[in-house]
Amino acid sequence: MTRKQNRLAIILASLAVLSIAAGLVLYAIRDTIVFFYTPSEITEKKLSSGTRIRLGGLVENGSVTKSGTTTVFLVTDKIDNILVTYNGQLPDLFREGQGIVAEGKLTTDGMMTADTVLAKHDENYMPKDVADKLKEKGVWQEGEKTQ
Amino acid sequence: MTVELGHFALVLALAVACWQMLVPLYGAWTNNAVLMQQGRMAAVTQLALIALSFLALTNAYLVSDFSVVNVADNSHSAKPLIYKISGVWGNHEGSMLLWVLILALFGAAVAVFGTHLPASLRARVLAVQASIGVAFLAFILLASNPFLRLAKPPIEGNGLNPILQDPALAFHPPFLYAGYVGLSISFSFAVAALLEGKVDAAWARWVRPWTLLSWAMLTLGIAMGSWWAYYELGWGGFWFWDPVENASFMPWLISTALLHSAIVVEKRGALKIWTILLSILAFSLSLVGTFLVRSGILTSVHAFAVDPERGFYILMILAFFVGGSLALFAARAPALKAGGLFAPVSREGGLVMNNLLLCAACAAVFIGTLYPLALESITGDKISVGAPYFNLTFGPIILPLLLLMPIGPLLTWKRVDLSVLTRRIWIPLALAAVATLAVLIATQRGPWLAPVAVAIGAWTVFGSFKDIAQRINLGHAPAATAWARYKGLPLSAHGAALAHAGMGVIVIGVVLLSVWKEEHIVTMKPGDTVDVAHYSVKFIGEEPLKGANYDGLQGRFLVKLGDREVANIVSEKRIFKPSNMPTTEVGLVQGFFGDLYIVLGDDAGGGARNVRASYNPMATWIWLGATIMFVGGFLSLSDRRLRIGVPQKAVKAALEAGE
Repeated sequence: MTRKQNRLAIILASLAVLSIAAGLVLYAIRDTIVFFYTPSEITEKKLSSGTRIRLGGLVENGSVTKSGTTTVFLVTDKIDNILVTYNGQLPDLFREGQGIVAEGKLTTDGMMTADTVLAKHDENYMPKDVADKLKEKGVWQEGEKTQ
Repeated sequence: MTVELGHFALVLALAVACWQMLVPLYGAWTNNAVLMQQGRMAAVTQLALIALSFLALTNAYLVSDFSVVNVADNSHSAKPLIYKISGVWGNHEGSMLLWVLILALFGAAVAVFGTHLPASLRARVLAVQASIGVAFLAFILLASNPFLRLAKPPIEGNGLNPILQDPALAFHPPFLYAGYVGLSISFSFAVAALLEGKVDAAWARWVRPWTLLSWAMLTLGIAMGSWWAYYELGWGGFWFWDPVENASFMPWLISTALLHSAIVVEKRGALKIWTILLSILAFSLSLVGTFLVRSGILTSVHAFAVDPERGFYILMILAFFVGGSLALFAARAPALKAGGLFAPVSREGGLVMNNLLLCAACAAVFIGTLYPLALESITGDKISVGAPYFNLTFGPIILPLLLLMPIGPLLTWKRVDLSVLTRRIWIPLALAAVATLAVLIATQRGPWLAPVAVAIGAWTVFGSFKDIAQRINLGHAPAATAWARYKGLPLSAHGAALAHAGMGVIVIGVVLLSVWKEEHIVTMKPGDTVDVAHYSVKFIGEEPLKGANYDGLQGRFLVKLGDREVANIVSEKRIFKPSNMPTTEVGLVQGFFGDLYIVLGDDAGGGARNVRASYNPMATWIWLGATIMFVGGFLSLSDRRLRIGVPQKAVKAALEAGE
């Protein structure tokens, strides 16, 4: 085998592997990414039911009701709100007034069924995504703490 | 006073690093042996100064000196001793100091142990290493100084984030840093080789132990992080494809590729240019990781204070080192002489395939990690790329790698006789088939992924040891001969087999855990029982709890297997002072074949509590596999050192005797 053939074999193998990888990445990027919205954006964009989204906002004060392991609560960005149903264990930091991120599907009646609720936080006890969006909407107050 | 001393030592370290960067490089340029020697002394001095600085900060934490901003923000006098120490690197400034400490440690190690390196190569390696030190020391002093004082010291500190107060996490950053900062050595070797214009077998032999050491540390560091996530976060998962996790995983993938391609350079003189490129890429990804974690652009459990200025500075460092080294690579690489030829199906070809797949896998992770950041900065859309993306891309790319892994070591260099190969692989294939069949019979109508994972895992494990069996001629030679040969095998053969087998163990653990996991979320009153897998778990009751720096609640559970009591499980909810932050302490009973994992949820009213109880089959195998890989890495490493050191000394002694 000559040096040229040797190099050709390596290049062909690389191209094959890379094109398969690129195909997978493109396919997966289209099918698996989830967009992040606040309640008012969901109303604005008129998202169809069944869409999988990440919802960010504050848990509305006085909106949390529990029955067994199912929790129903309102998530608000102080402009609009959306009702979220979640069956499962809530994170330690979940409480009223707290910024949270919920991931799940929109239902036909404009509500959301979440399968994941996150209350990750930075030093302000607020998820960064939520803080950014709230700042954008002008409802953020500096030094806002929920503790 | 010690705090100012620490600060001063750090400034001196920067000055020494500048010296170490410029003088040996000029010495190597002008071929001046005295100047080249300067690098070694400077590297050791730099380490001593940074160590002094680090000790000064540690001392401030130990004595709870709240006049230091860093200590006041991140420590608390009532914190247990171990977390006062780990608090030093549990924040941005302190962890950057640990970063440069490890960087200097590796530099000094090359200066001290690299006695057999050619003087000019050593001088250049130390100079390049020092240039990284200069950049990061300047970054610490200008933008992340841990030694700043407060005008009005508070009486009590803010405390360390309670979820970081955990033994596994205390030692996770040092190992992780030893891993990915350690890759700076391979980078320095690569840049030095480009400056020298020479890459040969000897170069690969020098660079490989350092890569191996970093790789082993990185393996353990990642495993510790994932173990921590498993039992401390209480979500029951062990890997979330979180950008911070990916930041350490990408250098791991590339350094794994580097370890393998360096073998080809060492043994066959081929793939030189590629190996240099991998060395550069591995450390570049470490820098990308540092940027992702330290700039605060990510939302994650690791996110500390957000400061865009810091992010910008690290981005500049990243651009300089990645851009500079790649430019040098483009200019010099074509001049490197190409090495030996090989057929596509050969040991070399196998290692090329390994490299291709690892790099493609790394590229998929890279895109998934950075695409959301890029999209957000361009369009403002916020998206999340989660597990489904990575399962769909990383999975199919890594699968052929796992299938080919046991075959690699059985291939011969240059070309392969396929009939010999098929004769060699049938035993591990048969063993894997038996294991798979056993699982199929035991779990009829279970998820199809389970037997598939066992097939792949068992093939990998059995196949890994086939190379050893082959080399000692097991089954053909008399037992005594085989045993004698076994004892004579180089440690690196055992190391490679273990590292490969460890990967197989991880695959079995990861896949079986995800497909066989059983989870129940129930509301329980004291006395209630829930069946989890083959166990029955009884809720005994709950009582208040008081710890050194937390209050809380303790739930007790009794676990029965049939009528036999097998374990008592205690699961806790803690509220940490002074932040009032709640955390979950998982009630965990580990077994070789599965863990019982109980998390207390919130109060369901009427004396009842929501409880999540799950059975996590084979979970232990994940970390067992990682530990096996780590041990494999170290076995290879101890072998290398002997092989490099001994012949050199023997040759030297022979020469001296001859004179």
